[in-house]
Amino acid sequence: MILDGLQSVGRTTLDVFSKFGRAHLFLLHTLAGVPSLFVRWRLVVSEVYSLGVLSLTIILVSGLFVGMVLGLQGYNTLVNFNATEMLGVVVSLSLLRELGPVLTALLFAGRAGSALTAEIGLMKATEQLSAMEMMAVNPYKRVIAPRFIGGLIAMPLLAGIFSAIGILGGHLVVVELLQVDAGAYWSQMQDTVELFDDIGNGMIKAAVFGVVVTWIAVFEGYDCIPTSEGVSRATTRTVVNASLATLGIDFILTALMFSDV
Amino acid sequence: MTTPANDILVRARGLTFKRGNRYIFNNIDLDIQRGKITAIMGPSGTGKTTLLRLIGKQLKPHGGSIEIDGQALAKLSTRELYALRKRMGMLFQNGALLTDLNVYENVAFPLREHTRLPESIIRHLVLMKLQAVGLRGARDLSPSELSGGMARRVALARALVLDPMMMMYDEPFTGQDPISLGVLVRLIRSMNDALSLTSIIVSHDIQETSSIADYIYILSDGCVVGQGTPEQLKQTDSAWVKQFLNAESDGPVPFHFAAPDYRADLLGG
Ligand SMILES: Nc1ncnc2c1ncn2[C@@H]1O[C@H](COP(=O)(O)OP(=O)(O)OP(=O)(O)O)[C@@H](O)[C@H]1O
Ligand SMILES: [Mg+2]
Repeated sequence: MILDGLQSVGRTTLDVFSKFGRAHLFLLHTLAGVPSLFVRWRLVVSEVYSLGVLSLTIILVSGLFVGMVLGLQGYNTLVNFNATEMLGVVVSLSLLRELGPVLTALLFAGRAGSALTAEIGLMKATEQLSAMEMMAVNPYKRVIAPRFIGGLIAMPLLAGIFSAIGILGGHLVVVELLQVDAGAYWSQMQDTVELFDDIGNGMIKAAVFGVVVTWIAVFEGYDCIPTSEGVSRATTRTVVNASLATLGIDFILTALMFSDV
Repeated sequence: MTTPANDILVRARGLTFKRGNRYIFNNIDLDIQRGKITAIMGPSGTGKTTLLRLIGKQLKPHGGSIEIDGQALAKLSTRELYALRKRMGMLFQNGALLTDLNVYENVAFPLREHTRLPESIIRHLVLMKLQAVGLRGARDLSPSELSGGMARRVALARALVLDPMMMMYDEPFTGQDPISLGVLVRLIRSMNDALSLTSIIVSHDIQETSSIADYIYILSDGCVVGQGTPEQLKQTDSAWVKQFLNAESDGPVPFHFAAPDYRADLLGG
């Protein structure tokens, strides 16, 4: 019994480590494929379209509602202190520093990451990747690298759009609905939000999440067991692992960026 | 065989390949002659597809060596391997068309990847190959709109578009109606002769295969159980070969995947 338990712990640990190793090798191969994208830039453009532009709806709608909710909740608290003119700051800082990058990454993992994994997994299951290799086309260059770079480009853009539309959503609720002075909402925001400390750090977060989420998504697709069940499991793993990784890394980055210790 | 060395394009010696503990190939020797059509036959699951993958170096053997055109596969760098693969065409068992491209773009894919030809020439080459497989009219369809047999013919056009020196066909005849089958058989034969290709055909189809193959290898259970020209094989007295060629269900060729004794298995549950 105990031996069985130990054995399975050992096996799981080994599996995890070997997967980590494969993931890093995979990343190296992918990065080696990146220079060839200068010739195949069209592939990158089409990936930015399918990962970024096609995710716009969910990002816009979510961003709008998150901004509106922030405005509402912030108002309910701040109104007790007669500090409702600070709402612009509350909404914009929450979005730019935290919610924009994190929620975008979570949505991106669900919308684009899962699609990436499923697509690459199916290409593997239907031998398209093998066929490419036999046609002397390196799948890392033709399939993986464009998707990886496409994700890296799309993710910060989406996070920026999320925050921007969220701030507009906040404006809708705070200024239009709750009748807080528009000048206060915007000028407090303008005075407080720093270009590098807030917007810059938020964008760094978004870029890091973009790397991690896209990396996990393309790797899980490439590493999956080439059957329908294997692909479906890999897709689930992408969403779960990418979300957990996003939240974990967010904590570390926040600690590094915004604590004054 | 007494063929001069440079007449042999693919030479496998002592080839050994395992899946788990099971030998798919156990120390086999195999020669593919230049300019000829060589057929690989054998029961389902004996490793015919695996053999093609070994020749394309998508799998690495556990023992023995494969030489293609005098180059040892094991010693090739990635660059050399890719250069070699450009000269090899492979038709996959299920076609393996790229699902995000339509028929035309699938056939154009190797050209776009490996050449800088102007669009008009690409169009010319693609339509020629599609015409040869009878699917010029299907150029705008997407792979999901093709039947299995059509997909395999498109894949054939794609494999041929770079004019390789060697073609590997994995089951080219399955899923073809009698007419396209006849066309395919003639196409494979005439291309082999006109372009002085070397062809390797994997097939179960004894009739069609013996009609076009110059030389046949019959594999079973990790070994070469018979080889020779179609005529030689017909006159053989090997029980294996006879059973296989005459499709008899009783004989030494196993229909079953390696398994414990049937009776013991049933009683043991
Ligand atoms: N990925 C794999 N993992 C483990 N075993 C495999 C794998 N692929 C194939 N095999 C085993 O290798 C053996 C040979 O497979 P292969 O596909 O080469 O057979 P085949 O001769 O092409 O059969 P068919 O005529 O049915 O296509 C099979 O018995 C199969 O069990
Ligand atoms: Mg096969």
